[in-house]
Amino acid sequence: MSTTMPDLASAAHRRHSGLLRRRRNIDHVVTALCAVATFIVLAALVSILFTLVSNGIRGLTFSTLTRVTTPPGNGGGLLNPIIGSIIQTAMATLIGTPVGLLAGIYLAEYGAGSQIANAVRFVSDMLLSAPSILVGLFVYLILVAPFGHFSGIAGVAALAILVIPIVVRTTEDMLRLVPLSMREAAAALGAPRWKVIMLVSVRAAKRGLMTGVLLAIARIAGETAPLLFTSLGNLNWSVSLGQPMASLPVTIYQYAGSAYDDWVQLAWTSALLITAGVLLINIVARVGLRGEDR
Amino acid sequence: MGAEVSLRTTGGPEHHAPVRRSWADPAFAGLARACGIAVLILISGIIAVMLFGGRQAFSTFGLGFLTSSVWNPVLHHYGALAPMFGTIVTSFIGLVIAVPLAFGVAFCLTEMAPGWLSGPLGTAVELLAAVPSIIFGMWGFFVIVPIMAQHIQPALIHSLGRVPFLHPFFSGAPFGTGLLTGGLILAVMVTPFIAAVMRDVFNSMPPVLKESAYGLGSTRWDVMRRVVLPWSRTAVIGGIMLGLGRALGETMAITFVIGNTNRISASLFSPGNTIASLIALEFPESEAGSLKLSSLLALGFVLMVISFITLACSRALLRRGRLVR
Repeated sequence: MSTTMPDLASAAHRRHSGLLRRRRNIDHVVTALCAVATFIVLAALVSILFTLVSNGIRGLTFSTLTRVTTPPGNGGGLLNPIIGSIIQTAMATLIGTPVGLLAGIYLAEYGAGSQIANAVRFVSDMLLSAPSILVGLFVYLILVAPFGHFSGIAGVAALAILVIPIVVRTTEDMLRLVPLSMREAAAALGAPRWKVIMLVSVRAAKRGLMTGVLLAIARIAGETAPLLFTSLGNLNWSVSLGQPMASLPVTIYQYAGSAYDDWVQLAWTSALLITAGVLLINIVARVGLRGEDR
Repeated sequence: MGAEVSLRTTGGPEHHAPVRRSWADPAFAGLARACGIAVLILISGIIAVMLFGGRQAFSTFGLGFLTSSVWNPVLHHYGALAPMFGTIVTSFIGLVIAVPLAFGVAFCLTEMAPGWLSGPLGTAVELLAAVPSIIFGMWGFFVIVPIMAQHIQPALIHSLGRVPFLHPFFSGAPFGTGLLTGGLILAVMVTPFIAAVMRDVFNSMPPVLKESAYGLGSTRWDVMRRVVLPWSRTAVIGGIMLGLGRALGETMAITFVIGNTNRISASLFSPGNTIASLIALEFPESEAGSLKLSSLLALGFVLMVISFITLACSRALLRRGRLVR
């Protein structure tokens, strides 16, 4: 009698500890698999960065940055794609940002409960993740086909369309974070609504809005697909917005698959420049946003 | 009324304020609203222009456009089936690989990694999402394709190429390019997006639910499987759909590694095509007003519809998840 009780208890204990051990083992296996998954993803990032640096750094010389593209074998550089990328990205940002900002203000400050605002919000979210090649097709049909030639201005238009939804989204999110009491305080002093929005809400959310613009710049700087049908790329020196205009991503696309070693080298250098720029802007934007949280 | 009161109490130039307010406020509101509506018009315009440009293809081929796999510029016969097949297969392969990876990353970031590590780790994953897609294309073309051709595809052909039922999928010459490689590149590209959504969803869960499960002696995996996943299922599926939307529309990375052939084959190694990469490749070679151009625009419209449905589902699921919270 006195022996069965401990036996039963220890049997139950053994059974339980067996179950516990199994659960612990499963937990260890899953934990290890998750660590492996994270490692794989990080390895992909490291592999991409390593490939870019090891292949691109050789071409990163003074002459690459100061000469224009030439036929293969003539020691050409990347000056026209670099300048073309800067011009198109800057102009697209200048055009897209105010539109996106105002649309975001409309959604956050005026659009509460309105059907149109809901539609704008939905459509803007769609545009945010719509395939960018479709934006290129659209601009081709309205700005390239009617004029009969590719142009820098068409490239700017395509990139500006891509800027808008990013700025709309961050503007609305950031303005919603501004406490209502700040708006009320300003309104109570007799400020008209537009002044409350521009001088109180927008100023309070300034850092977040800058982050949105930076992320938009980083996004469009690397876009290739929409530029293929709009600004196309230009192997000669040209800063005219009426002519086809070179850009770094399109240069990568045209040069990477070519049979000439020096062109492939220029493609790697372009890739290194673009990625370094995009990642730098992203890091700056994220650091800025983190400052906002504090 | 208010203006009169303020006039009487303070006097002086204040009476200008109501006059200025009367036009500045509606003007600003109107401007903001106009910009909002411009966004609406913009996307309607994109859809309309694509449909209008593709009308010639739709009227010539009718529904046969969607069911024909012929793409023959010489005979002027164009069908969308082959690129649609390629788009769906590569996206599917991409998701099959990306979802477990993304879950692993999100689990790592939210449950396993200590605070000082999960911040930088999250930033690194987000940076992967920020890399331009053409860079993935170049990396795939120069790094992944040779690895696939020399190691992975021969190994798969040897191990699975003779297994009944499986061998059609793993036969053919190991060129390195093809549907499997395309799917692999897509997986690397969409994993950060899915992982970011999953991490946010897991993080937004009330800690008390997890703590009570831990208090009962659950392991981390028990908590994840029995508490976190059921609670966040809808939003997680929404995140996966978001990744699918990305994969469907991806252009440059796929164009580098897919092989660009318009045919449908069971083999995962055979070169294929996607809607986006077909448009990118053939568009510059199509004359204005030609049937080919119209067919490409019709393909663009099909892609728009597919990604529109996917993204709408994703939004709906993510929003429902938010409401539950």
